[in-house]
Amino acid sequence: MNKVMSNKWFITLYLLPALLLLTVLIFIPLLLTGYYGLMSWDGIGAMSFIGLDNYINVVQDATFWQSAGHSFLLALFSTLSLLLYLAVSLILASKIKGANVFRKVYLIPMLLSSVAIAQLWIKIYNPSNGMLNTMLGWIGVENPPLWLADPSIVLYSIFIPILWQYAGFYILIYYAALKGIPETIIEAAKIDGASPLQIALRIKLPLIMGVIKVTIVLAVVGSLKYFDLIFVMTGGGPNGASEVMASYMYKLAFGSYNFGYGSAVGFALLVITLIVTYIVRRLTANKEDIQY
Amino acid sequence: MKKLGYFLLYGSLSIVAIIQVFPIVWLFLFSLKDNREIFAGNPFALPQAIKWENYYSVWEAGIGNYFFNSVWITTVSIFFTLLFASMAVFVITRMHWKLNKLVLGLFMIGLMIPIHSSLIPLFSMFLDAGIIDNPWAIVLTYTAYNLPITMMILLGFYYTIPKEIEEAAIIDGASLHRLFFTIILPLTIPVLSTTAIINMIYNWNEFVFANTFISSDRYKTLTVGIQNFVGQYMTDWGAIGATLVISVLPILIAFFFFSNKIVEGISSSAVKG
Repeated sequence: MNKVMSNKWFITLYLLPALLLLTVLIFIPLLLTGYYGLMSWDGIGAMSFIGLDNYINVVQDATFWQSAGHSFLLALFSTLSLLLYLAVSLILASKIKGANVFRKVYLIPMLLSSVAIAQLWIKIYNPSNGMLNTMLGWIGVENPPLWLADPSIVLYSIFIPILWQYAGFYILIYYAALKGIPETIIEAAKIDGASPLQIALRIKLPLIMGVIKVTIVLAVVGSLKYFDLIFVMTGGGPNGASEVMASYMYKLAFGSYNFGYGSAVGFALLVITLIVTYIVRRLTANKEDIQY
Repeated sequence: MKKLGYFLLYGSLSIVAIIQVFPIVWLFLFSLKDNREIFAGNPFALPQAIKWENYYSVWEAGIGNYFFNSVWITTVSIFFTLLFASMAVFVITRMHWKLNKLVLGLFMIGLMIPIHSSLIPLFSMFLDAGIIDNPWAIVLTYTAYNLPITMMILLGFYYTIPKEIEEAAIIDGASLHRLFFTIILPLTIPVLSTTAIINMIYNWNEFVFANTFISSDRYKTLTVGIQNFVGQYMTDWGAIGATLVISVLPILIAFFFFSNKIVEGISSSAVKG
């Protein structure tokens, strides 16, 4: 039996397609990104080796750091919005009828493509007849902002649809975690006279802390590599006011054919994402995870 | 007192629901209006005369082509991802060999890679291989990039399959191929359908790869095609609305029928990340 189940030919044959795709299309390109970063290259012509120049330029590139700053601001907003999602999930999980329907309805935006969401929100933000400014007009706002054209607010205008898009996803995760708490623990607290608020803050939240930490990592990492919606809604503009790391990289490579420098920025994006993931994981490491 | 509590409870949940869904309803509303109504009328009003011709005209003008490209690219990629992931997970979880933990680890690292960091080399690799502006370039990337998450969802299920099933099959003289294709694979259909739907949502909506690798109009997928259309129909909101509705409809229909599978797939693929 064991002999059949350790047939080397069979193992190799069945592993090969997946392993080949993983290596050739995910791992090798990653290494190549680092390598291309050492080159001066327009993507089509010959490469010439220029050492660490591109990487040194990235470190000194004010535009790169500005877009990195925008990415980090998005990470901060996404993390803070988790509080809101958590509050909704606490209400949703408190044994009420229809919770299932609500949590599914909340999920709908996440199923749509970022491109469709971006186009939809461009229309919502439209200054003359978009949904938002029409509503503001009803309550008497005379000069509503130009949501996507004003450099001082464009970044926040873009954050809103991103938070909208992912709300259902996080609510779903929190809801599942809260539903996993054994009923007996809540009952015991009720008998001891704990108020619903106390139960939520002192019992439920600590019990799902592991899941909360995971969602923080997801929100931060997801924000650092965020691209689609921003690319479609503003293309990083006006004047770089909504540029993020990934959109800057894209613009360098496929907008101005600076593949060498674009690769260096892509590699910086990878390094920053990995370092921040590591730090966030360390900060939220489970020293004493609660078992129940 | 209790009544007030319930009122507040459902009130706040409903407000969130409206915020989540109303923009999509509004999209549907303006997809059925003409420009005069959109620009002069109340944006929340129901359409006066329903303009189905918006749908007809954008479908004729090329959306139909993008739609079918998306359908076949999505389907073929799902097929390969599920097949290769199942084969690999079978070998990793059911067969006896030394490096299985290491190989599994490699696949799980794949979960953490930001795709944008590999975009430039992928582009130049495909250019060298002569498959830039060829739908197979995106089929290949979708298949590869969906493998890690698909394998992660499949893993748990494969661990629960009882050993006795394999033993019985081998004793009865079945080959390993037969064991995998006629016994194990059919057993995993419930979890395969979950992963298929998660893959469908991802492939149908993917933008960066499709936008970078495909340039001719006849190969474009819906997400990229939308961009074209919006440029062309800059001021015809009804047409843009119809385009967007067509692009989100298949996912919404899938959601209507398989919402439990979607919920299951999303929660099992997220929490372990």
